[in-house]
Amino acid sequence: MRLSTFVLIAIAVAAVVFGVSRGIQNDYVFFAGYVVLNYIVLATAWNILGGYCGYVNFGSAAFFALGAYSTVALHKLWPMPIPMLILIGGIVSGIVGLGMGYLTLRLRGAFFAIATLAMAVVLQTLIINWDYVGGSRGAYIIRPQNLEIAGFQLPYVQYLFALMLALTVAAVAVARAIERSSLGYGFATIRDDELAAEACGVPTLKLKLIATALSGAFMGMSGAPFPYYIGYLEPSSAFGLQYAVNSIAMPMIGGTTSWIGPLIGAVLLGSLQQIATVTISSAVNLLIVGVLLVAFVIIAPNGIVGLVQERRRARGPR
Amino acid sequence: MTALLEVSALSKRFGGFVALDGIDFAIAPGERVGLIGPNGSGKSTLVNCISGILHNETGTVRFDGKAMDGLSAHERTRLGMARSFQLPRPFVTLTIADNLRVPLLYTVHARAGARLSPRQLDERCGELLGLVGLADKARHWPRDLTQVEMRKLELARAMAAEPKLLIADESMAGLSHSEVDDILALLITLNERGVTVILIEHIMRAVMRFSQRIAVLVSGKKIADGLPDDVIRDPEVERAYLGQ
Repeated sequence: MRLSTFVLIAIAVAAVVFGVSRGIQNDYVFFAGYVVLNYIVLATAWNILGGYCGYVNFGSAAFFALGAYSTVALHKLWPMPIPMLILIGGIVSGIVGLGMGYLTLRLRGAFFAIATLAMAVVLQTLIINWDYVGGSRGAYIIRPQNLEIAGFQLPYVQYLFALMLALTVAAVAVARAIERSSLGYGFATIRDDELAAEACGVPTLKLKLIATALSGAFMGMSGAPFPYYIGYLEPSSAFGLQYAVNSIAMPMIGGTTSWIGPLIGAVLLGSLQQIATVTISSAVNLLIVGVLLVAFVIIAPNGIVGLVQERRRARGPR
Repeated sequence: MTALLEVSALSKRFGGFVALDGIDFAIAPGERVGLIGPNGSGKSTLVNCISGILHNETGTVRFDGKAMDGLSAHERTRLGMARSFQLPRPFVTLTIADNLRVPLLYTVHARAGARLSPRQLDERCGELLGLVGLADKARHWPRDLTQVEMRKLELARAMAAEPKLLIADESMAGLSHSEVDDILALLITLNERGVTVILIEHIMRAVMRFSQRIAVLVSGKKIADGLPDDVIRDPEVERAYLGQ
């Protein structure tokens, strides 16, 4: 399938999702749906570096928070429409991703993961001590009740939901395009064997920098509308453990080698968490993630996608 | 005639250990050269310095008239230097055909005027697999291959980059008599197509059959360089190998 066809189908699916959500006539669907979509973007972004290149990033929350905090800073400095904020949040996180990549990509495996974790702690400390964006007290962003588009009143949460839906389509389309391009082959060789990749002419450092920048940028973009969604942003919520854990767990459970893995993982795990929040308690969320992750690592180390592929290979004649 | 590869006064240390000590080595275009030496004599280190995986402290490597100093491994590959690894290092999550696609995409494409269409890419992968006798394994994964097939894949991948110089680092170790002959025939075919080949090998039968010239490394120094029959009669080489 060509990329343009895929994007058209993705947009159609997104439109159906939006239409159905509106049909339910309950704003809670949008609040819950926004979080699930947010996780799809985060998981897809994490997978560009973690799944395609094999570099495990524990600092997803930091990139997410950077996007959110650039919105807070700009909101005070020079208010502008959210799509612009998403773009700027993406640029800020992308640049930080590039910098982090440049400093840490000589590290491999656990050492790289530890470095990303350290970066998250450093950034959180900086934000806590930066009074302009509220410091440790946090910052309020009062979102309007409705958004008026050409005389039509759209509830603001629906607007945020629609933006996140668009971002999801963009992230998934980019991930899929990478997978089928020479960039995707390059990323796979980095995951498998960097020395052999260099010997085949793959500029590994450049490719890794592209991956960290892209991955960071999408995480930042997904964080940019967050202050409008939550209304009150504090460092501990923006840098929350759930973002780092979920953005790793979702691709792992869905499958890391293909764009559809993080999508499946995020929809499954994200919805499960939203349901658990309502029916059991919000504290049980990370427990679910933990249990599922352990179960998948044992039963299906290549995620749901890997499970399906194996099934198919076993059945089909070779 | 100008040399294709020219190594001069190259030295490499690992801490206090001198792995290579002032190596001078030149190869003419189209030549078939054997590089031999006991274990730990610095053969692989020399290959790593030439191909850019290690950086030598002193001395220079010139390839095709250009100084290679400061160029990374992938840049050297693009200029026409290819190597296979002593222990095969396939890309395990890519199919056999896709393993060959990588150098085509990243090396052949990167050269000016050599853009291949997706169909040409497929054809080229098929051709290369046919050449090494792996055509029916195109859609398999490297884990399905035997040891000798793995080495053939390793060579095919190096060849896919369309090199001027191929360095085959012990591509026959552990293979049976007839398998060695297979690989030798492959390398000779390649050489007949105009590729200069450096063969690093312990199997003397293969080296003697293949090489037009042999260089000997012992403890990081080149102790002999010349016609195969002269080199193996050299008393110093005999001493290094037989320990007189």
